[in-house]
This record gives sequence, structure tokens and C-alpha cells, in this order.
Amino acid sequence: MKARRFLPHPLLSLCLMGVWMLLMNDMTFGHLLLGAILGWLIPLVTQVFWITPPRIYRPFRLFRFFFLVLGDIVVANLQVAKLILGPTSKLRPAFVEIPMLLEDELALTMLASIISLTPGTVSADLSDDRKTLLVHTLDVADDEQLIAEIKSRYEAPLLEVFTCSTT
Amino acid sequence: MSTWMEILVAIFLLLGSVFSLVGAIGLYRLPDFFMRLHGPTKATTLGVGGMVIASMIYFAGQEQGISLHELLITLFLFITAPVSAHMLAKAAMQQKLSISEQTRGKPWEQ
Repeated sequence: MKARRFLPHPLLSLCLMGVWMLLMNDMTFGHLLLGAILGWLIPLVTQVFWITPPRIYRPFRLFRFFFLVLGDIVVANLQVAKLILGPTSKLRPAFVEIPMLLEDELALTMLASIISLTPGTVSADLSDDRKTLLVHTLDVADDEQLIAEIKSRYEAPLLEVFTCSTT
Repeated sequence: MSTWMEILVAIFLLLGSVFSLVGAIGLYRLPDFFMRLHGPTKATTLGVGGMVIASMIYFAGQEQGISLHELLITLFLFITAPVSAHMLAKAAMQQKLSISEQTRGKPWEQ
């Protein structure tokens, strides 16, 4: 319990230190020390404002998921470039409601952000009970297929990372 | 800096610029507000991504060691861009902006 009191968010501290090192662009011991002090002090002072972070069960899976998303962003960029330069009257835009299995705040934020970052889809709203996500798509032939794709490609890995079992 | 590195920098710069341009064209051409939102998401991902990679290669070639703080640009963009797109879409639904007739499905009542 004592360790939790003095280092409330170890992961956040590590991230802040990393960001500090990148900002300074200078890998010397002095900056490492300053970054470590900032990384320890800032979460300590602001801890009342933070939500309780979810447990990450499979960090390696998260890492792999990151690269899958990067790849998807590149592919989707090319597809949307073709759509934008083609005739606009042939586009089939749609609002699609996607039922959500994720419950954690951070995981939902990550999913909504990924959907928005992938060109062609923008997350427009989350229902008040956090069970449905409204997504606007630029060109989609089959709503069901899009829902299935988002659920299997993005939601399933996040479920695996943030909750212990998917059942 | 060797010639092939300069070529690499030029390629990534051009790639980033082309995608930013396509994003801007999308913002201009697409018929309604929600579809126009899709244009800028391209510019923030591959557009800036290409330029950031070009910058990293360029400064690595300037004999100052590896330059990594461009990665922060990507990090901050990935955090902020989806949030602003989401807020814009929410605001548009509240204002009940007109949507093109081809659109299937309905925006939610706020």
C-alpha cells in the first residue's frame, strides 16, 4: 500500500519520463534524472484527477496491435484517396451503430480514436449507457460486414488486452 | 549527406504532401459536413506521418545522432485529432446539419 501512495501511477510516470526525454532530444544523465523527478512528481500532485487505470493483461499483444493499426491506417489512406478523387455521386455514406462489448473508459477511448484515425470512418457519438458507438463511414457497401470487421479487427484484441477473458 | 538519403527524404516529403493535398481536396469536394470530416483524418495520419519520417531521416543525416522528438508530434496528433473530430461530429449532430440524401442510417437525436 505504501508503494501505491508514493507512486500512484507507475506507467504514467514512465510515459512522462519518456516524453520528457523525447522533448529534450538529449540523452544525458541530467535530463534522465530531471525526467524521473517530473515523472514522479506530476502524477503525485495530480492524482485526484486521474481515473483508475485498467490492468493490462497482455502488453505484448498491445504492441502487436499497435503495428496492425498502423498498417491499416496506411491501407485505408490509399483507399480513401481513391474515393475522394473519384466521382462523389457514387459514394455510399452511412451512419452505422456498433454494439460495444468493451466497458473500460480507456479501452473505449482507444477504440473510438482508432476508428477516427483510420480514414473512411469517424466515430461520431457514444450512447449514454456506453453500449453503442455511432460511426459515420464514407463509403460502405454492407453495414453488417463493417460492424463485423471493426469488432473482430479492433475490439477483440482490445478485449484480450484489457480484460482477462472474452467470455 | 549522401545522395540516396536525399532522395529518400524527398520521396517521404512528396508522399506526405500528396496525402495532405488529397485531404484538402476531399474537404473541398465532398457533399456534406460528415463526409468532409473524412478529409482531414487523412492529412493528420499519412500526411504528417510522411513529413515526420522525412524530418527524422534528414536530421539523422546531419550527424547529430538519431533525432526522435518528431515521434512526439505523431503521439500528440494521435491523441488530439480523434477527439476534435469526435467533438465536431457531436456538435454537427446537435446543430442538425443537413446530410446528403445518399446517406443510410440516421444521426442520433441529442
